[in-house]
This record gives sequence, structure tokens and C-alpha cells, in this order.
Amino acid sequence: MDFTFSQEQRELYEALCRFFMTEATPELARELWDTETGRSPGIWQAMAEQGLTAVSVPEQLGGMGLGDLEWGLLSHSVGYYGVADPITDTAFLAVGLLNALGSDSALSETWLPRVAKGSARVAVGHPENPLVADAHVAALMLLCANDEIHAVAPDDVKLTANPSLDPSRRLFHVDWHPTPRTLLASGSRAQALCADLLDRGALACAGQQLGLAARILDLSVDYAAERKQFGKPIGSFQAVKHLIADVSVKYKFARPTLFRAAYAMARRDPQRSVYVSQAKLAAGEAARLAARNGIQVHGAMGYTWEVDLQIFAKRAWALDGVWGDGGFHKSRVAEFVLRESAPIGPGYTFTPSP
Amino acid sequence: MMRLEYTDAQIGFRREIREWLAGHVPKEPLQSFDTERGFQQHREWEATLNSGKWSMVTWPTELGGRGSDLIEWLIFEEEYWAAGAPLRVNQNGVFLLGPTLMDYGSDGQKSRFLPRMAAGQDIWAQGWSEPGAGSDMAAIRCTAIREDDHYVINGQKIWSTRAVWADWLFGLFRSDPQSQRHHGLTFVLVPLNAPGITVRPIRQLNGLPGFGEIFFDNVRVPVENRLGQEGAGWHVAMATAGFERGLMLRSPARFQQTAKKLVQLYLRNRAAADRDPSVRDAVLRAWMDAEAYALATYRTASRLLKGAKIGAEASTNKIFWSELDLSMHETAMRILGARAELLPQAPQAGDAGDWIEGFLFSQAGSIYAGTNEIQRNIIAERMHNMPR
Repeated sequence: MDFTFSQEQRELYEALCRFFMTEATPELARELWDTETGRSPGIWQAMAEQGLTAVSVPEQLGGMGLGDLEWGLLSHSVGYYGVADPITDTAFLAVGLLNALGSDSALSETWLPRVAKGSARVAVGHPENPLVADAHVAALMLLCANDEIHAVAPDDVKLTANPSLDPSRRLFHVDWHPTPRTLLASGSRAQALCADLLDRGALACAGQQLGLAARILDLSVDYAAERKQFGKPIGSFQAVKHLIADVSVKYKFARPTLFRAAYAMARRDPQRSVYVSQAKLAAGEAARLAARNGIQVHGAMGYTWEVDLQIFAKRAWALDGVWGDGGFHKSRVAEFVLRESAPIGPGYTFTPSP
Repeated sequence: MMRLEYTDAQIGFRREIREWLAGHVPKEPLQSFDTERGFQQHREWEATLNSGKWSMVTWPTELGGRGSDLIEWLIFEEEYWAAGAPLRVNQNGVFLLGPTLMDYGSDGQKSRFLPRMAAGQDIWAQGWSEPGAGSDMAAIRCTAIREDDHYVINGQKIWSTRAVWADWLFGLFRSDPQSQRHHGLTFVLVPLNAPGITVRPIRQLNGLPGFGEIFFDNVRVPVENRLGQEGAGWHVAMATAGFERGLMLRSPARFQQTAKKLVQLYLRNRAAADRDPSVRDAVLRAWMDAEAYALATYRTASRLLKGAKIGAEASTNKIFWSELDLSMHETAMRILGARAELLPQAPQAGDAGDWIEGFLFSQAGSIYAGTNEIQRNIIAERMHNMPR
């Protein structure tokens, strides 16, 4: 039993944090809001050079061959820095799906090296999400529908943009028609792949939501130290401290649920979906409370366009309902817990049950 | 390297404690340890535990323990709570004073106090709060003035859990009467049968004398009962409080067991309970939060095993488990509806069982071991460096 990350995993995470700190700045995010695509080819290329797009690609196809556990950690960093690109869609979800298709499909050998190098973005569509993120810059779309998975080229779809409250997010309704030529998997195999895709999507979301909670917490602590009223920093007032402490507690107890879910995904634990749902619910709650209390701590400044808090609060709100909303995930937990012989209670935290 | 599976040795340890408990846990529940008879029963249970070398698994073997690491301790606790074994009447000694003695005690103090503690021969009470020093512990006024090779104690302590029948008390006393706040305090171990001590029982919310108010009138305690240096008591006490809030006072297994019972209570009463749709959500949340607490504890234990220290983040634990306990018991009361007010012995109580006792006790959780308001201040000031 060891619930810690390895030295290598921590170094990978810290390197990514340092990279995002200088490259994925709030200034850049604001600059991109006003551009047509909302995306910068430069930052994507830089992320690829950093190795981020190659994390899950097998080593023989030019990647690092890492997986779900590492993404539990890396997605936190993506959230913390409010990275505009839905990088986890391509580098984690699409790559995960292509890996799983493996030798069944020539697609993997074609696309995985391109993704690793940073020369292609792949968008993913799942029935739980009505819209597809970044379909407008995708070189390939992997779409799940009616127990089938299809690989669809940009030329074969019609996109309708749907603006989000988060100006960094670019969402599209994708009008497309399944054909035998686009079909990658069907029946129970497709169901299993779509289920994995959803779990990975929810895991990546949970990681980002926790990262967002941590960032909002840090911004709020900083603001409370600077802003003075009644001749003192507002952070010296107990009412303000307690807003911060409440977020801190929520964050702390959501974090290990994320890491356990990531581990369960990596090990193909039979209860992984329940753990993912638990993590998504806990991370969502931490992020929502961080956004709420963060705005409260910032006072009127928190309600302005000017303060960077909005970048992170809006992302937190946007991610709350995607890759399975609260109802979806709570139902999965309920199905597991609310039955006569549920394997719950002391000693059942880690599977296989004792 | 993350590995969320138990080793063969850990699985073997679990099997061993499970088998021992199956053969030894009393078939009939003991009376409350806040009654004289129940206190005695629980003292005997501590001796039974000790006879199997299970009374303090984390202690070194030469002190009567098993030298278990924190992961084994968590396994022990899981089996202990799952087996419905009695509450630990000596938890102040086992989980708080024990580790403090190991860190700060002399060899003589360790051999004098630890084996008797392990065997349930000495049951310990705590002496922190005073009428004028609750959350503001540095306002302590009870004095322990050095006279040759003794300290002479005068003053009053209050809210001392189980002090009515306990044998010893550990606590903080002002050894320098000119000193202010957290300076000039000394950590002293006091036998509760010493001449000059009067313990007045205070009835708790459940009607039982769970608290003691302790009056000291020229109580003479030998200098060798001091733990740590004279005047350094605050430092020693903070270490004790760290153990309490941090990890050992409330293992996750306790709350996982409550969450499981809550799920079962809900399932038995589902049709009626679901008329209020928020009950189902509260039940699910109970399971998720109890699991989150267990996961966080395993993570902390893993980090401690690799040399990390628990600092102010211990305060997050205390808030989390106390609020979880409150919400689980409140949910149980909501499920029980009109039966919630019935005492276990009421003929029509049905499966209300001991929920009401737990509900009352949950009201104390956000107060003892440092109120949750104080914990929130600690989190803000020491984890996040917010201005004081």
C-alpha cells in the first residue's frame, strides 16, 4: 500500500507547471478570446515540444507510453493554469481511444505519431456531451453514437458554433452521417470503448476542476492579503479567512478521490467507474465552492471582466456539467452503494475487497 | 510508486486481527463508559486487548506494542470498527499521551507509564481547558509552582472527559506565575487520587457524567512527573494536539462504519425516507465523504511513512470528520422521523437503535479538540499564510 506518486511522476508534473506558468498566461488567454479560432498554433506546438501530446502515445509510435495515473496529476496542472486548449481531449481521450483500437485499425498508426508530434488535434464526441469541443481545429473527429464509434474527417461534417460562457471554450454542434467507411467499432466493443472514453473524460475534467479550485484559492488568498479595509488587509478578518478555509477543506478531501480514480482506471479496476464518478462529483463541488467564495472574497472586483478570477471561475462552471453531469455521476454512485450487499464499510476502500 | 493494494503481510495482519476479534469482542454491548459499571467493563476490555497485544499496535514491541506502521494501524482500525468492538476508554492515553511520551518522555517515564497505559491499569484524562481558557488555551491560569523537588498545583480544570473515573490526568499548568500566554507553561502528569484533588462530575447532554471539573488545592506532584522542560509545556502540548487532530483520534473506519449503517437504515426505511428527496442525496454523500476521509488518511499515512510531517493541514481533518459525523447522524434522524426522539429502550423504537446517542455525541465533535472555528483560523493562517 503506497498512496504517493513516484519521483518521476512528480517531476513530470512540476515541469509541466513551470511550462504553463510562463506559456499559458492569463494575458495570452485574453488575447485569444478575440481571435477567430481562439487558438494559437504556437502554444500547441510548444505543448507538443514539452511532450504533453505524447504522454499517452506508445513509445514505439513516438510517445512516452504513460497513462491514466499520470493524467490524474497532469490534468490538475491544465486546470490550474486555465489552459485554453482542450488538450486532454486530444492527448488523453483521443489517444486513449486510438490506443484501445490498436491494431484493429490502421488509424492508430497513422494518427498517434501525428498527435505525439503536435501536428494534429483530434476532437472527441460522446452522447453525454451535446457538443464537441474544438471541432473547428481538429484534423480528425472520433464520434460515439448509437453504440458505434466513427472516425470522421473535417470535410464530412458541418459545424455550428455554440458560444460558451467561458470565452476560451469553443463548442460545436457537429452535423455528420455515419457510413460503413467511417465505422471503427460497433456493438458491445463500441459500448466498452465509449464507456472508457466517458470515464477518461470525467477523470480529466475532475483533475482540471481541482486545479481550478486550487488556482482560485491562491488568487483569493493573494487578493485578501493586498486589499485593505478598515485599515487592515481583509484577509485578517475571520469571516474572510473562513471562506478560504472552507474551500481548502473541500479541495483537500477531493484530491485523493481523483488520484484513486486515476489509479483505478490505470489498473482496470472493476469499480473504476464508481470511483471516477465520486472524483468528478467531489472535484465539481470543490470548484463550485472555490468560484463562489472566490468571488465573494474579491468583492465587487470579483464581478468584473478585468480581474483574472473570471478565467478560472468560468472554466469551473463550464466543466461542471460535461462528461457526465451531477445526475449522471450520482446515479452511478447510487447504483453501487444503495443495494443490500454493497461492498461498503471499513476495509472496503481498496478493491479487491478483503 | 503508487500501489493501492495491500501486501501479503498486510493481508495476513488483517486476517490475524479479524480472527482475534471474532473470538474476543463481547457478544453483548458494554454499558456506556460514562457509567461506573461501564467504565470498569471498558477497563477490562483494554486488558483483554492487551493480552492479545492489540491494545496499541503502533507502539514499539519493547513497550508492549507490535511496532505497526500507520497502514497496519488503519487496517487494525478497519477491522476493529467492522467487528463492533467497544469504544476505547483509554484513547487519551493510547492515542495522545502515548505518542507524546515516546517523543518527549525520559526512559524512566516511558517504562513507568506506557506499560500500565497499554494494559488499561492507568486510564488517562486530559487537563487543558479552564473556566477562563477554552479555545484560548494560552489563557491558562492553573498554577504548578516549583518547591524543591515538587510542583504544587492550585486552580481548576474543566471539561475533562472521563475524569470522573480516570486514574491520571495530563495537562498544562502555569509554572511561572509572572508569565504571559504560551510562555511559562509546563506539561505535568498528575495522579487523580493525589491529596487536594476534588473531581466534580458534570452531566453531559445525554445525562451521564462524562465530564469532570477538577479542583486542585495545594496538590503536590514530584518533579519527575514533568514531561519536557519546565516552561516548554506549550510546545509539548501542541505536539499532542497535532496527534489528536491529525490522525489517530478519529480513524476513518469509525465514519465508514457509520456511513454503512446509514445506508442500511435508509434501505430498510426507503419508501418513507424517499418522500423527502434530499435524504437519498445525503446518504450518498455520507458514503462518498467517509470514503474521501479514508483515502485522504491513507494518503497522509503514505506520505508520513516517506518522511513527510503533518502540519497545519491536520486542522482540515478535524473539520471534515466532525462535520461528516454531524451530517450522517442528522440524516439518520431524518430517516427515523417521528421515532428519532425515542431512546433505545423505548418499546416502539424499532431500528432506531443507538442513533440518538450518536447524534447527541456528534454535537460535540465540532467543539472538542479545538473548535472548528479555531481550526478554520489555523488553516487560513498557517496553511495559506493569511494575515493575523
